[in-house]
Parts: sequence; C-alpha cells; structure tokens
Amino acid sequence: MMKRFLKKSLFVVGILLAAGFSLAPFLWFVLSAFKNQTQITAIPPQWLSSFSMESFYSAIARYNIFHYLLNSAIVAGSATMVTISLGTLAGYALARLPRRWGQIILMGILACAMFPQISIAGPIWRFLRFMGWLNTYQGLVLPYVALTLPLAVWILALFFREMPEELEAAALVDGCTRLGSLMRVILPLSAPGLFTAAILSFIYAWNEFFLALLIMTDPARQTMPVGIALFQGEHTIPWGEIAAASFITTAPLILMVLLFQRRIVTGLSAGAIKG
Amino acid sequence: MTHKGQNFYLALLVPVIVVLLLFIAAPIGHSFFLSFHRIIIGLPQLKTPFVGLDNYQELLNDPVARHSFWITVIFVGTTTFFELLIGILLALLIHHRFPGRGALRACVLIPWAIPTVVSAQMWRFLFNDAYGVVNYAVFGTEITEYIPWLALPPTALLSIIVADIWKTSSFAALLILAGLQVIPEELYQAARVDGAVAWRRFWHITWPLIRPALLVALLFRTIDAFRVFDLAFVMTQGGPADATNVLQLYGYKKMFVEGWMGYGSAISVCIFIIVLVLAITYVRMVGQRLLEARV
Repeated sequence: MMKRFLKKSLFVVGILLAAGFSLAPFLWFVLSAFKNQTQITAIPPQWLSSFSMESFYSAIARYNIFHYLLNSAIVAGSATMVTISLGTLAGYALARLPRRWGQIILMGILACAMFPQISIAGPIWRFLRFMGWLNTYQGLVLPYVALTLPLAVWILALFFREMPEELEAAALVDGCTRLGSLMRVILPLSAPGLFTAAILSFIYAWNEFFLALLIMTDPARQTMPVGIALFQGEHTIPWGEIAAASFITTAPLILMVLLFQRRIVTGLSAGAIKG
Repeated sequence: MTHKGQNFYLALLVPVIVVLLLFIAAPIGHSFFLSFHRIIIGLPQLKTPFVGLDNYQELLNDPVARHSFWITVIFVGTTTFFELLIGILLALLIHHRFPGRGALRACVLIPWAIPTVVSAQMWRFLFNDAYGVVNYAVFGTEITEYIPWLALPPTALLSIIVADIWKTSSFAALLILAGLQVIPEELYQAARVDGAVAWRRFWHITWPLIRPALLVALLFRTIDAFRVFDLAFVMTQGGPADATNVLQLYGYKKMFVEGWMGYGSAISVCIFIIVLVLAITYVRMVGQRLLEARV
C-alpha cells in the first residue's frame, strides 16, 4: 500500500518536472511581453503586477512585425504547398515501385536531408544572385522546398505503402488513367498523411533562420526569425518587444502542437522506427 | 509490373529529383569546386584564380578554425549525451498510459516547435547578467555575485549547450518513444509474473529493445548538433573571444561577412566531410538491422 503510494507520487513528480522543464522558461519569457521595462529588469523578479499591452503596440507600430509575419506566411505557405505537391507524386511512386528500387531511391533522397546547410549555402547564394533572386520570395522558397522534401517524401511513401494496390487496380479497370486514379482514388483517402507531412514542412520553413539570413538582406523581405534575431533597440535591449514578437511568431506553432500533437508524434517517429 | 507502369512511376519522381539535384547535390559539388579557388565577394576585379589546395593548407594552419572545431566537438558531445539521457526519461514518462498523457505530450513538444531563434532570445534573457532569472535562481538578491554568463568563455559555451538541450531533448524523446511503442506489453507481464522489479524490467527488457531507436536518435542528434548556428549567432555572436564560434558560424562569417567565398567553401567542405564520415559510421552500425526490420 505504502509502496504503491510512493510509486504514484514519484510518477506525479516526474510529470510535473517534465512539464515544468518544457514550459517554465518559455512562459517566463513570454510574460515579459505583458510587463513594462522596469518590471522586466526588476530584481527580485516580479510576477505580473500590472498588465500592459504596450510592448505589443510598439512591436507592431515601431518595429512593423506584421510585415515580417506576412513574409514568413508567404514563404512558409508556398514552400509547404510546393513540397506537398511534388512530395505526393514522389512518395506515391516510391510506394508502388518494386521494393528494392524504392528503398534505394528513398535512401538517396533522405541522405539529402543530412548535410549541414553551410555546405550548400555559398553555391546557392551565387546561383540566386546570378538569377537575380536574392531578396525574392522564390529565392527562399526553392531552397526550403529542397530541404523539406526528404522528410515529406518519406512520410508520404510510408503512408501510401499502407494503401492496398487493389484500389487503383479497380480504378484502372473502370477506365481511369494512372494519374487519374492517383488524383481521384488515392489522394482523397490520404488526407491524414498529407496533413502530417504539411505540418512538419510548414514548421520547418516557418522556423528556418540560416538561409533566410543569407538570402533576405533587405528588411522589406525578411522573415520573422530574421527579424527577431536582428531586433535592435536604441539604447537598451527591447525585451518587451522581443518577447511580444516571439509570442506572436510562436502562437500559431503552439496552436498546431496542441491540436495535432498525435499527428506530429507519429509523423516524426514513423520515420525513425521504420527506416 | 508492366513497363508502362514503371515508366509512369519513374516519371512521377522526376520533379523531386530535379529539385534535390539542383539545390542540394549540385551546390555540395560546387562547394568543392569553389574551395579550390580564391574568390572574394566584394572584389570581382580580382577574378577567381585557381589556387589548388592553398585554401586547405591555410585552413590547417588557422588557429581559429582549429579552435572552432574543438568547440563544436565539445558542443556536439555534451548536448547529444544529455539530450539522449533526458530523452529516455521523457519518453518513459509520455509512454505511460495515464489521463492527461496527450496534454503532457503536447507540452513536451513545445520546445521542439518553437523557432530556434526565439529560444535563443529567450535564453539570452534568462542568462542576462543583471536581471536574468538564472542569476536570481543561483545567487538570490546577492547582485554582486551575479555572473555575466554570456560574456565569459566557459559559461558562454555552457549557456548555448543548455539552450540546445532544452530545445531538442523532446525530439530525442519522440524517436525513443517510437522504440518503446514496439515493445510487446506481454514481455512486461511475463516479467512481472516472474517477480522482476521495475528497474530489472527496465534493464532486461526495455534497454536492449530500445537500443536501435537510441542509435537512430544518436545519429540524428549528432548530425544535427554539428550544424548549430542560430543559438550562437543570436546569444553570443560566436564570442567572447571565439568561445562559441562553432564551425557553421565560422564558415558563415568567412563567406558572407568577410567575403572570402573560396576559403569559406573550404571550411564548408570540411564540415560536409565530417558529417559524411559520421553518417556512414552510424549507418554501418545500425543500417543493416534497420533495413531488415523494415521489410
């Protein structure tokens, strides 16, 4: 009886520790967005004694963060759409080709995700400059497509493999073309897989910083991570505004995690266990 | 399968392969080419002469590069170790069935979902020398004792290590969770019947069976830790005195701040080769088993 109680309380302590470890630092940081400068820099640290939206106004009006947010939405949104369209075709093909071929090609595609971004940065920058695509949306979207494709193709290939080939066989007998059977029979059934791949690609593109820093040197085209990293005050570090901008950038991601936790967990771990 | 069918499937692969060749494979190859040339971005009138292995020779004698390498190795080693350790603990917790497990999983995922740049600003705030909560937690109101964490070489490195462990332990946990999920529950029941206590069940059942998943997590984490950039860029700009000047940041500075495209490419080629060797070693260790498990 006593032992059982001890075990249970140990487990509860573990849960609290895990939740605290994950949430506390971020919550404390975000709290600064609702404080004024004196409260932020107070020692001993202060809880929220007065609730102020000043930092949000300033971040929006003075630092123009909606502009960065719009750039992020355009870049991450288009990268995700292109990745999912191309990734669906490839994932489907890999699921239906003979196992051995599929395996080898998939390995090759996955190998592309392993390399440090710095080893592609110089040539990509030169290529984009040559095309006149530095500081353009397509200049950032294309590398993001390349970097998100491997994981997306992997998730989609595993997903399509679970679908019985008889589905298309029936459609072919009914006079559908191969492409038609993919579009009309397979795709409508694979919404969950597409969705998982889309969430993960979007989060990657939304958060990416290194290439965005190189390619978008013009503040008018910079994405949110670049804006947050280069945040500058006149005399002091504007923590309130940084926290407000961080909160706005992170809010959609947190919402996604809360709503689609199960999909993200399976999406990330499916790859690990099967390959 | 008919020939026509195969050709159709191969055709579907073309767009992805073109994108990957154009934006991954070709740039990697081109980096090798650039690393044999002297290219200075701001001075196009100097042309781009072929200099053979000069850049690499210079790199071998570059004390900053050597320092960067060791800093990065320390970073990769410590972060990977602690991320796997915390990852195992978190995975065991979120594998347990209890009311609110979904909520806990969502909590654990949040550090992973946050942009690295945001978590870097967050840790810069927490480690602040004058009003950071870390100082308050350690020294209370003894303000004279406060440590400027990000301004001293050893603590600056420690700070970015802590920030990275916080950010990516949950990713390691997810990969290990995948390994836990395939262990059949019957094994534990049988062990319980035989009277095995909790830690013996862990040691004799869980540990050997999650080892493949652990190796995969090790592979992903080591390779990913080698490309650390955002944390050092935002928290310390590589300083103080190059204490956090990790390899990717050093390559970035040489290439895009100082404009030495050729020399920077030599650095990037070296990073590429290090990661490639690591990847091949790991894949040899786990690859065969995974390929078999897959069928």
